[in-house]
Amino acid sequence: MDDIRLLPATGLEGLIAQLRSRGYRVMGPTLRDDAIVTGEIRSASDLPQGVGDEQDPARYRLRKRDDGAYFGFAAPAQSSKPVFFPAEEVIWRGRRDTAVTPDSAASASTPDNAGNPTTAPASSPHDPGFTVERDQLDAPPIALLGVRSCDLRAVQIHDKVLAGRTYIDAHYVTRREATFVVAVACSDPAATCFCASMGTGPRPAATDPATGEPSYDLLLTEIAPSDPDRHHFVLEIGTEAGRDVAHAIDTAPAEFDDQHEALAVTAHAASQQTRRITAATVRDDLRASAESSRWEDVASRCLSCTNCTLVCPTCFCTTVEDVSDLTGATAERHRVWDSCFSEDFTYIHGGPTRESVKARYRQWITHKLSSWEDQFGMLGCVGCGRCIAWCPAGIDITEEAAALGRMRAGGVLPTGDHVPTGDHVTVTS
Amino acid sequence: MMAGVGTIADAVARTGRADPMIPRRFAITRVRQDTRDTFTLLLDPVDGGEEMTFRAGQFTMLHAFGVGEVPISIAGDPRHPAPLEHTIRNVGAVTRALVNAAPGTEIGVRGPFGTSWDAADARGHDVVFVTGGIGLAPLRPAILDVLAERDSYGKVLLLYGSRTPDDILYGAQMRRWADLDGVNVQMTVDNAPHGYKGRVGFVTELIGRAGFDPRRAFAFVCGPEGMMRAAASALVSRGVSPARVRLSMERSMKCGIGLCGHCQLRELFVCVDGPVLDYARLEPLMDVREL
Repeated sequence: MDDIRLLPATGLEGLIAQLRSRGYRVMGPTLRDDAIVTGEIRSASDLPQGVGDEQDPARYRLRKRDDGAYFGFAAPAQSSKPVFFPAEEVIWRGRRDTAVTPDSAASASTPDNAGNPTTAPASSPHDPGFTVERDQLDAPPIALLGVRSCDLRAVQIHDKVLAGRTYIDAHYVTRREATFVVAVACSDPAATCFCASMGTGPRPAATDPATGEPSYDLLLTEIAPSDPDRHHFVLEIGTEAGRDVAHAIDTAPAEFDDQHEALAVTAHAASQQTRRITAATVRDDLRASAESSRWEDVASRCLSCTNCTLVCPTCFCTTVEDVSDLTGATAERHRVWDSCFSEDFTYIHGGPTRESVKARYRQWITHKLSSWEDQFGMLGCVGCGRCIAWCPAGIDITEEAAALGRMRAGGVLPTGDHVPTGDHVTVTS
Repeated sequence: MMAGVGTIADAVARTGRADPMIPRRFAITRVRQDTRDTFTLLLDPVDGGEEMTFRAGQFTMLHAFGVGEVPISIAGDPRHPAPLEHTIRNVGAVTRALVNAAPGTEIGVRGPFGTSWDAADARGHDVVFVTGGIGLAPLRPAILDVLAERDSYGKVLLLYGSRTPDDILYGAQMRRWADLDGVNVQMTVDNAPHGYKGRVGFVTELIGRAGFDPRRAFAFVCGPEGMMRAAASALVSRGVSPARVRLSMERSMKCGIGLCGHCQLRELFVCVDGPVLDYARLEPLMDVREL
């Protein structure tokens, strides 16, 4: 039982202090605007103790729990995605070396149509060059506290997408460096959760399936939050760094029964989940459904508002914005989150390549549940259910995937067939 | 206390290559107007660094300071990469800023990115270039690759279409390829003024009659997507293997390195898996509208 210890509920304060004393910026669930969002944790009082949530299609509400649970809620409104991958980031700042002069504008070419370069080199000495500099991040390493299995898996997916290919997102790699992870086993899934069917939770895998690296330094399972005398955490150690922290704080050796009790928490949480996606077949179901009539159906409900992509912990698409001052002497290039639901997303001269909403919804769900696997060897959905809760129209990714699977299995002819729109069955098996 | 995390520079250094998000400074040394709306920019680096070597078919991200950035295929000769050559149609804010820039103006260049035509795969075979409008520009490096070793290839055909006679790109150069390099150049225009003596019709109509051996031909196709699809279909109908038909795809691109997500075509990141892709791979994707 060397890798499992017990942490009293009051010991959370010591854990946070220990991480802060080691130089980490501790980020975890906090309360803001009637929602649980990721924020900086300076003490245990920053955690949403005694707060639960209710999530359903197009619905997210906090509720007061009748116990003292620190982590008695499901997926926070926003995942830890922005910690390593902020919604807006300055890629570089540029400055003109010299001002543009009227001379240089007047030296414009007078080319002919003979097909030969005839323009003389610039006569103006005032070449309007510019110098570009990268922002160099200078931030402390992050400790994620209370990150749950779905969101931890999402970070691992981003490790592949943004840091594990030929080209990297240097900001992501830098922010992600030396991260300390205190994961939490999920005890209270929402109605929108389906991580159990995706194989991504509610208990985090010990290792990243893609790299074999440990998933967490420490894993907390909250026990008996309704009994102040017993309220404690089972603390599982994932790395040597985790062991070092665990032995520096108020922990005691655990017994076999303690581990059993921790496993029972996540087994119960898994059994509570009613939504599911058939992860084994969904990739092929969606690949075969490009011409399905279901897209017309879902497009009639989708507002293309981009909410789902903004709350999705794995969505990584971005665009760039060039911001210059009024004189044009300085300019910044910003990288900002973008969404495949926006019409501009595929714009090239002549128009967007995905003009219709049905094409945009098809792109989003097909990418998540099908082509992501071709690109990265894993699905791009972790079953957190945020896209269901935050869709103002209550569109349910599990329902859409199931409908496409049923239509494929039933041999429904895809093109031109009208499928009655009453076919919205929530899979509850 | 433990040390802070590293810097962006550290993260980039570990990749062993230059930062792909930082543009290199190039000066526009010459501007040539090719047609009513199409210009060729010749660029030289002003950072004292080496010329930008590239493979035929690759593209760069060209940045007009304070305006924005666009992906543009390189139009120059891979054997003589300096000056860096791009042919640009004036269709948007960034391309307008680029073609209107005075010689001497500095612009930013990132790249080169993406896949190559790999025309050398066609050594010993007939080669058919099918292109329309400004699509000739991304093909030009591949044509120059073939012509540099002309004797290694069988018949070389260039089937070129443009909207009107005034929109014909690189007209003088095409005549030289026909006269001096043994290229069978066939031109057509979609619309012509009264009295025009050349051929009128779509470029895809040339494929059926062109003199090449489909069983031993490679085809390189670049143009609007509808034209490329029709051309690839006509080539395959004549018996060219879909794996030997290569197309250069155009999609929205913000990064050029597979990170921004804009250019996705189902499982493909067109910027790194393409832009040059073979029709065996593309056919099922191009068959679906708005994929």
